[in-house]
Amino acid sequence: MELAYALAIGVLTGAGVWLLLRPRTFQVIMGLSMLSYAVNLFIFGMGRLRVDRPPIVPDIEGAGDPGMYADPLPQALVLTAIVIGFATTALFLVVLLAARGLTGTDHVDGREPNP
Amino acid sequence: MNGGPGHWTIVPIALPLVAGAAMLLLGESRRRARAAIGLGSALALLAVAAFLLRSAGGPEGEIAIYLPGNWPPPFGIALAVDRLSAVMLTLTALLAVASLVFSLGRWDRAGVHFQPLFQFQLMGLNGAFMTADLFNLFVFFEVLLVASYGLALHGSGTGRVRASLHYIAVNLAASFTFLIGVSLIYGAAGTLNLADLALRIPALDDHRRTLFDAGAAVLALTFLVKAAAWPLNFWLPRLYAVSAAPVAALFAIMTKVGIYALLRIWSVMFGGASGPTPWFGLDWLLAIGLATATLGAMGLLASQHLGRQVAYSVIVTSGTLLAAFGLGREAVMGPALFYLVSSTLAAGAFFLVVELVERNRSFGADMLAITFEAFELGDEQDPDRPDEVVGVAIPMATAFLGLSFVTCALLVAGLPPLSGFLAKFAMLSALLGPVQTATATTGSWLLLAVVILSGLAGVVAFARSGIRGFWASDRGVPRLALAEAAPVVALLLLCAVLAVQAGPVMRYLDDAARALYRPQQYIDAMSAVAVPDRPPGGGTP
Repeated sequence: MELAYALAIGVLTGAGVWLLLRPRTFQVIMGLSMLSYAVNLFIFGMGRLRVDRPPIVPDIEGAGDPGMYADPLPQALVLTAIVIGFATTALFLVVLLAARGLTGTDHVDGREPNP
Repeated sequence: MNGGPGHWTIVPIALPLVAGAAMLLLGESRRRARAAIGLGSALALLAVAAFLLRSAGGPEGEIAIYLPGNWPPPFGIALAVDRLSAVMLTLTALLAVASLVFSLGRWDRAGVHFQPLFQFQLMGLNGAFMTADLFNLFVFFEVLLVASYGLALHGSGTGRVRASLHYIAVNLAASFTFLIGVSLIYGAAGTLNLADLALRIPALDDHRRTLFDAGAAVLALTFLVKAAAWPLNFWLPRLYAVSAAPVAALFAIMTKVGIYALLRIWSVMFGGASGPTPWFGLDWLLAIGLATATLGAMGLLASQHLGRQVAYSVIVTSGTLLAAFGLGREAVMGPALFYLVSSTLAAGAFFLVVELVERNRSFGADMLAITFEAFELGDEQDPDRPDEVVGVAIPMATAFLGLSFVTCALLVAGLPPLSGFLAKFAMLSALLGPVQTATATTGSWLLLAVVILSGLAGVVAFARSGIRGFWASDRGVPRLALAEAAPVVALLLLCAVLAVQAGPVMRYLDDAARALYRPQQYIDAMSAVAVPDRPPGGGTP
């Protein structure tokens, strides 16, 4: 599972970085989204990958062994990161549209390179 | 409680949040009420920051810890105010008041939601300066960044949208590296509280230690983007040059957030007994700082637009500060902090002056400033034609602008008699002091050269644009509102006060620098509040 997980993060990051370096604003925003997926998975992975371990300790007798539960903190961090990443991506989308409207091109520099 | 600041510690975060939210409820049409709330909030922030400055500056250097949720430190979020934080808070509040007053001239009407965004920006800045937790730092970074995106776009226009597009893309990518760094550190050490991290670092085994160092390096990358270190600073000159003047003035402190975060985190994590890699990566920081300052000085000479020149001077400041920190010499850090304060105030004032100078300048005048020299075109005035009158009538406004331009240029370039000179002089004299290692010796000499040469570059660049800007004949009489002149005067007077009162200020900042190299006090203060039923706001027990 670790290998598949790591490969998924690697592929997403690779695609994200490649798209981020492309000249069109749409490619840039797609790249940023890919990167944010990769980063969210990465944070999650840093809490160690374990199957069948809930992150919440129930309030019952015999729930004592902390080893039976996943670390909840990275999951909380991922939630925060998703919310913030989502909001900033939405904001970037607006700026991207404004730039398209004002400059008449979707090139990141606001003008087409000389042919 | 020990007479500490108690609940006042949370005010710099809570007040702008409440003020900004109240403005949103009021709606865009109640402009006067919004401006009043904004200004009132900024002034109150200044008062609270001054109070925190005083209470952090006691003989022991009290560190006020505040627990917003009243959870004990390694688990809950903690805020900490020590001398350095208090200085940064005060600096933010000063720039905020000046920019807000300036914006009343006309800029707050140039687009929607200027005032609320400004308050949220202040909230993010203050939070970043006070937090003692890595993930909380990320959240405050995002708050200040999102507000800064809005402010950078304030006034709209093709130039601003284009510059902001780059700014936002770069900073979104930087936020992701921040998260990668934070999660690597969490994965290796299992905590994100700064003081708790410092306690756990010595106990890490080699394997985890490598992971931790990698996380710290990735984190540093983010801060270097914010601090506009070369080669991560190409977004800055254009953005700062096109931003609305009060926004650019407030942005003068934005690069300092990155520098502050580096100082704070490196001091607490790697400053004490931190095992095999004390002050991890500091040599890199020295090299990056020197490169940043050098290339900033080159940019200063090459730029043809006054706003860009000031933006490059901000980069030079960043580079100098990074290099000064990278030297790892305690004696240099105090003067470097003085330089930080002085140059931030000066850059803020300069951005305001640039706006006043530029707005009654004929189109393309600054393009010509260089082409004239390059192509030897000479003045557009015929040299053979005799002047029709002897002597020139100088209107008040022109004289004011000229004087403030010269003062700003002196401050930024570091010429006597103002605080810029004192800061650089103190830094140079500390650099010439005794050193231990060979790297530090070489680094000190290089930094010495860079400080002097970047000052020279500043003088040349500003003299050139000053001559073209003020002695050219193609300009009308500038118009000046009191609300726009007053903040410039106030900021420049503050720099004069900084020069006159250099003794006490320098002592305070020396103490702040000393605390950076003795993080044990910070760590102890945080560990001492680890009792759950203790009321929040207590300092040392």
